[in-house]
Amino acid sequence: MTLLRRGRWITGIALLLLGGLYVRALVFTPEERLQGLAQKIYYVHVPSAWSAMLAMGMVGLASILFLLLKDARYDRFASASAEVGTAFSLVMLTTGPLWARPIWGTWWTWDARLTLTLMLFFLFIGYQVLRGAVTDPGLRARYAAVVGICGLVLLPFIHLSVYLFRTLHPMPIVLKPGRPSLPGSMLETLLLSFGVFTLLYVGFVMQRYAIGERSHDA
Amino acid sequence: MGELVRHAWLVARKDLHLEFRSRTAITSALVFTALVLVVFEHGRDPTAVATIDLAPSILWVTFSFAGMLTLNRAFNAELENQALDGLLLAPISRTSLFLGKLVANLAFVAVVQVTGLLLFTLFFNVPVWKVWAPLVSVMILATVGFIAVGTLFSAMVVRTRFAELMLPVLLLPFLLPPLIAAVEVTAKLFAGRPLSEVAGWLRLLAAYDVAFVSLATLLFPATVTE
Repeated sequence: MTLLRRGRWITGIALLLLGGLYVRALVFTPEERLQGLAQKIYYVHVPSAWSAMLAMGMVGLASILFLLLKDARYDRFASASAEVGTAFSLVMLTTGPLWARPIWGTWWTWDARLTLTLMLFFLFIGYQVLRGAVTDPGLRARYAAVVGICGLVLLPFIHLSVYLFRTLHPMPIVLKPGRPSLPGSMLETLLLSFGVFTLLYVGFVMQRYAIGERSHDA
Repeated sequence: MGELVRHAWLVARKDLHLEFRSRTAITSALVFTALVLVVFEHGRDPTAVATIDLAPSILWVTFSFAGMLTLNRAFNAELENQALDGLLLAPISRTSLFLGKLVANLAFVAVVQVTGLLLFTLFFNVPVWKVWAPLVSVMILATVGFIAVGTLFSAMVVRTRFAELMLPVLLLPFLLPPLIAAVEVTAKLFAGRPLSEVAGWLRLLAAYDVAFVSLATLLFPATVTE
């Protein structure tokens, strides 16, 4: 089976699971007391943010490997991951305001995490704009790798400023010192959504990578 | 190590010499800084917002724009007559080339920032002299890391299409952490608060500087090696 086809299968399975996840989230997971139904978007918003971050992490990692090993496949992988990451950050940036409007009373606020995830999105865009502006493939790969690595290093600073800047955004409830403060069934649904979105990421990247390989061979 | 520093200094000195002779870039940068300050003064409603509330933002947005504009200069000069190839052929390491460019950029930005600060004091009547020492420290802390990334990126974008537009698009996300920190710290300073209140921000700035100066130094060879 070709890589493209395998990617399609994985994406298909992930999409089915996403449907299942939403049945679980809507029917079998308790409603949040204060936010009601609006909170359900959480199971798309948070895992998309996770996948976008994962994509950036993979771009950075592949960029490091590319500069070390000079294997063009890592460059093509980084490029694929960046494109998929752009899509996920777009989902994150669309679902966020949809939730924020009824809950916060505003579509957007210049809270630290919002600002900086927007920057993550711009980082993805900048990465791809740069790729488009360099014609020489070798040069393009090296330039993109440099930006990819810098982007990865920027992420911890993004995370750090969350704690320093006064913030309206819900504070981390799972990945924090001590026990997660999310009720068990909600936590399970959330963890499942992380799994589903990771699988979606894998499926998308496999397809995109396969397309990249194809245009490279041609 | 001594060799590295000496070579870096040679590169920096060459750049500064070049700049000192023509003075085109530095003059334009200074005039630009003054003009941005004037634009800010007239782009606000003085009866609605007190100057002191807006002062930190005005100062840092001006510094950011001026810094960004001056970055293109460093490698633009090397495009003519393939001067960069000459530099690369010279028996100096890529690292010293980068450090030299970084030092020249920092010297350039320092001149712009000091002048900008003086003009800012003059135009906006903010009691800068009371906090000048901590303010200058914050200016250094918030600039070094950012200019390091900027120098690295400018080495790449000069050889792309739309270089003038590409640099801000790539660089602005990197500006955000130091900008937020610098504005917070400056606001506290203008309000007469001690530096100890903003220790967290200062640590963030220092960490940012260490991370990005070393990263940019490490990555620079990848942008010029053929």
